[in-house]
Amino acid sequence: MIKTDVLVIGAGPVGLFAVHQLGVIGLKAEVVDNLDKVGGQCIELYPDKPIYDIPALTVCTGKSLTENLLEQIKPFKTNIHLNERVEEVIKDKDNWKVTTNKKKVFLTPNIIIAGGVGSFEPRKFPLKEAERFENNGIYYSIKDKNYFKNKKVSIFGGGDSALDWAIELSKISEVTLVHRRDEFRGAEHTAQLARKFEKEGKLKIKTPFQINSIEGKKNIEAITVKTEDGKTEKIVTDCVLGFFGLIMKLGPIVEWGLNLEKKTIPVNTENFETNKKGIFAIGDICTYPGKLKLILSGFHEGALAARGCFKLARPNEKYRFEFSTTSKSIQEKLGVKKSD
Amino acid sequence: MPKITYIEHNGKSHQIEVANGLTVMEGAVQNNIPGIDADCGGSCACATCHSYVEEKWFDKLPKKESAEEDMLDMAFEPKKFSRLTCQITVTDDLDGLVVKMPSKQG
Repeated sequence: MIKTDVLVIGAGPVGLFAVHQLGVIGLKAEVVDNLDKVGGQCIELYPDKPIYDIPALTVCTGKSLTENLLEQIKPFKTNIHLNERVEEVIKDKDNWKVTTNKKKVFLTPNIIIAGGVGSFEPRKFPLKEAERFENNGIYYSIKDKNYFKNKKVSIFGGGDSALDWAIELSKISEVTLVHRRDEFRGAEHTAQLARKFEKEGKLKIKTPFQINSIEGKKNIEAITVKTEDGKTEKIVTDCVLGFFGLIMKLGPIVEWGLNLEKKTIPVNTENFETNKKGIFAIGDICTYPGKLKLILSGFHEGALAARGCFKLARPNEKYRFEFSTTSKSIQEKLGVKKSD
Repeated sequence: MPKITYIEHNGKSHQIEVANGLTVMEGAVQNNIPGIDADCGGSCACATCHSYVEEKWFDKLPKKESAEEDMLDMAFEPKKFSRLTCQITVTDDLDGLVVKMPSKQG
């Protein structure tokens, strides 16, 4: 069990800056994020798109913003638990007991939810029967490619994941790559390589087709695909892989007893606390009158939520407001000034 | 103001006046019309404002940029007349536009 002053859920820009604001007032934070890297939407959705409204930065990218924030919180040596999703939050006397999907347990008086629009999950096939075969013939990621050895595999998608896996698996399996249009959006050279493999008979490419039905009782036996004009074709297959990118789902947050308004969590604007004492929400996931979904607003929300956390983490101390320009205590925490 | 009709997957229709310059997505979100999520807020990065444009309107709209076509690969059940509504800016020419929402956004 990990004890901490604050558990921050979400390692996007707002969660990372909250760590900074907690650090400067002397609170220890642990961070959990479902993705395999920090940066949240900034990294997952638009790493290279320019951002023009971060104060004092004329322009930056999702990637550079994330890198700079990581640099800024470096002095606090914060543990960031990636590839983990918080599943359960239950009250344990004066603390919250928080359990992740990997059964890691945190005990903390404060939780700051900086979860954006929720956690990223793979987009799935639109067919109902696809649910029935999920993880038994239908997959949205590959853990061990050898599982597909000598099998008939149908891969759906037009991006890098679909192309890369089609090429890779074609070396050990019988692969059909299916995509809704003739153009692939993945890297040019990968798309060309796939076309080359097709010419050499190493893999089949079917465009412009989308999934239409899945056949099979216990296991998948075949699928049908169709064009816009209604032309259908049958593909005999053992496994179906879908690579349609990621989508954000609120996930287990809905089960923590928090008030919800559409897909957001109402908070007060004094310290961004939710209806539950010690649970705060900041960034895109929180809502209040006048809320703007801007990164800069999330920074402000994090600063105030951090002060809100102080009361519960240090019930016997009084929080004193200080400026980083002059505070010896803050500068020591940042490692820019040696303590006497 | 141009009138835009949004039809939910269950057939429920909403006719809304949307100011010029807003996107069709913003028109829906600002008026609490269900069926358009717009998770990314309109930066053509999530495909959750996906709609089917009525055929007669499809050719009247400004053409899709390649980024929108790429994003539509990830949309839930994309079809021939699929568009991302965050990429359609409302003008007087679009008065009467009808869009239908998919059964879900993902």
